[in-house]
Amino acid sequence: MANTAHGIGGLKYDPKKRTKPPELNVFMALVLIIVTFEVLGWLIYRDSFLFNTRDNVDAIFNWARINIIILQVSIIGIIAIGVTQVIISGGIDLSSGSIVGATAMIVMSFAQTELVNGNPNPKAVFGAWAMDLPVLVPILVGLACGLIAGCVNGLLIAYTRIPPFIATLGLMVSARGLSKWWTNGQPVSFPTEGFAALGKGMMPVVYFIALAILFHLILRQTVYGKHTYAIGSNEDAARMSGINVARHKVLIYTIAGMLAAIAAIILSSKNLTAQAGMGVMYELDAIAMSVIGGVSLAGGRGSIIGTVLGALIFGVIISGFTFLKLDAYYQEMVKGAIIVGAVVLDQWRQRRTAARM
Amino acid sequence: MSDIILETRDLTKHYGGVHALEGANFTLRKGEHVAIMGDNGAGKSTFVRQITGVEQRTRGDIVFYGKPVSFAGPLDAREAGIETVFQTLALADHLDVADNLFLGREKIRFKLGPFSILDYRAMRDATLAALEKTGVKIPNIHNTIERMSGGQRQCVAIARTATFHSRLTIMDEPTAALGVQETAQVENIIRTLKEAGEPLILISHNMRQVMDLVDRIVVFRRGRIVANLKKEETDGQDVVAYITGAKTQPEYEGAA
Repeated sequence: MANTAHGIGGLKYDPKKRTKPPELNVFMALVLIIVTFEVLGWLIYRDSFLFNTRDNVDAIFNWARINIIILQVSIIGIIAIGVTQVIISGGIDLSSGSIVGATAMIVMSFAQTELVNGNPNPKAVFGAWAMDLPVLVPILVGLACGLIAGCVNGLLIAYTRIPPFIATLGLMVSARGLSKWWTNGQPVSFPTEGFAALGKGMMPVVYFIALAILFHLILRQTVYGKHTYAIGSNEDAARMSGINVARHKVLIYTIAGMLAAIAAIILSSKNLTAQAGMGVMYELDAIAMSVIGGVSLAGGRGSIIGTVLGALIFGVIISGFTFLKLDAYYQEMVKGAIIVGAVVLDQWRQRRTAARM
Repeated sequence: MSDIILETRDLTKHYGGVHALEGANFTLRKGEHVAIMGDNGAGKSTFVRQITGVEQRTRGDIVFYGKPVSFAGPLDAREAGIETVFQTLALADHLDVADNLFLGREKIRFKLGPFSILDYRAMRDATLAALEKTGVKIPNIHNTIERMSGGQRQCVAIARTATFHSRLTIMDEPTAALGVQETAQVENIIRTLKEAGEPLILISHNMRQVMDLVDRIVVFRRGRIVANLKKEETDGQDVVAYITGAKTQPEYEGAA
């Protein structure tokens, strides 16, 4: 309190005095983890993690690995973009993984091709009318699924006032049930060429980056973004300031639902099939990416850039473990530890901010 | 009669069986600063909540600038020109000063529904102007609220009310949580408002502050108004007598 500037400070706008972005810490963590794997790689296998060591390839970096790192987090990363907004607003979304499952099943049913190698599609869900539809149809069906699911979440949370944890847990279970019921547990396969092209190769990365940029701008530059932070920061204040909190929450959860649906479209296209078990645990991975990226579970704090960095940390760790030839079981164990660590760090950061008062 | 800014007639609020506010008749004239005093639970905050649309009254009329009003919510009241500094500061801790000043009524560069694009520059300029006008001093307006002292936070909350051409300012215990120096700063801002001729309703427990700042004191007791005192015609002990129930003005007799 001693350093406050009553009566002497005066009004200032000094861009240089702006505090450094918190994403910097996440970026430093990412670099640190990469360096760790690099060092361990040289120590154990005399091989580089990120740099090219093969003579027959002319490149500085090991692009194959870098591409895999980004590709494997892109689809969950898209979900995490929505989850980030939900968490910033002080909520939580446990349903996104199940929305992916249900949406993938339904989308794929509208993306099937009539003839497989000259024979009728063995996995056909509907009759001939739903075969070989233009690619726009499954896309719109998928977006509609996400819209409905997100709306259900949002309306439940905003108007029945039940905690987001419970509301989205309900949809998590129900949507998973729906995806199993849809075809009695049978996978849905053989999409049209047009649909299969959606998620081919590195396309998921393109969508991920494009959506990340779009929502970064939306959160930073629009009223929607400002109100999302305000609600997460102090919901009563937001309400007293005249923000329609209930309506805004419906919007946030709807956007999150639609991003999960986009992830489902890309995932089912990439895999050329949809299964009832698709997207299991994705919600937790998406939450983990956000939290690792500095999004506070208490609300009000976080950013899309942070979440993208969080997703990269996630990808680097998984790749790094594979690189070090460690068992997949270790990956999961360590993943859990990292999530807990990130939350502890968040708590500690909050207490420090409070203590500075 | 046209200089009456706010008038309430028989304003009443019941929470179930609890009669939190009963038949409050209150007037505020142009440029007047009025204090509302009373014990905890006397109905002061309830009274304010009815005027500002935070709650819906059980019965009674509110007349604002000659027009009967019925606000559906705080935004309605704000649009009509009633600005309130709430007892619990209505600030978002993770946002900066300009964001908080314009929360819920952001300046827009490009209109696109909820995705309208913010005009940060205009909001920053208006923020600096508002802080200048109220004499609020904040080291850096790009600091988030969580990095500020209690006094600075309160100043931001008050500056918010002064940013917009408010026609009535209501402050609910603005200095309750502040230190001596910070209290002085807030009181200075209130004096600035007085000089500018802006009407004010001040809820306060601080007798010295009330005697210092306002023209008139209205005392609430157990949900009813029990006294309406001109500052020149009363003193601290007298007011306390009304607050505690030792005295009731004749015209309010039978009320409490």
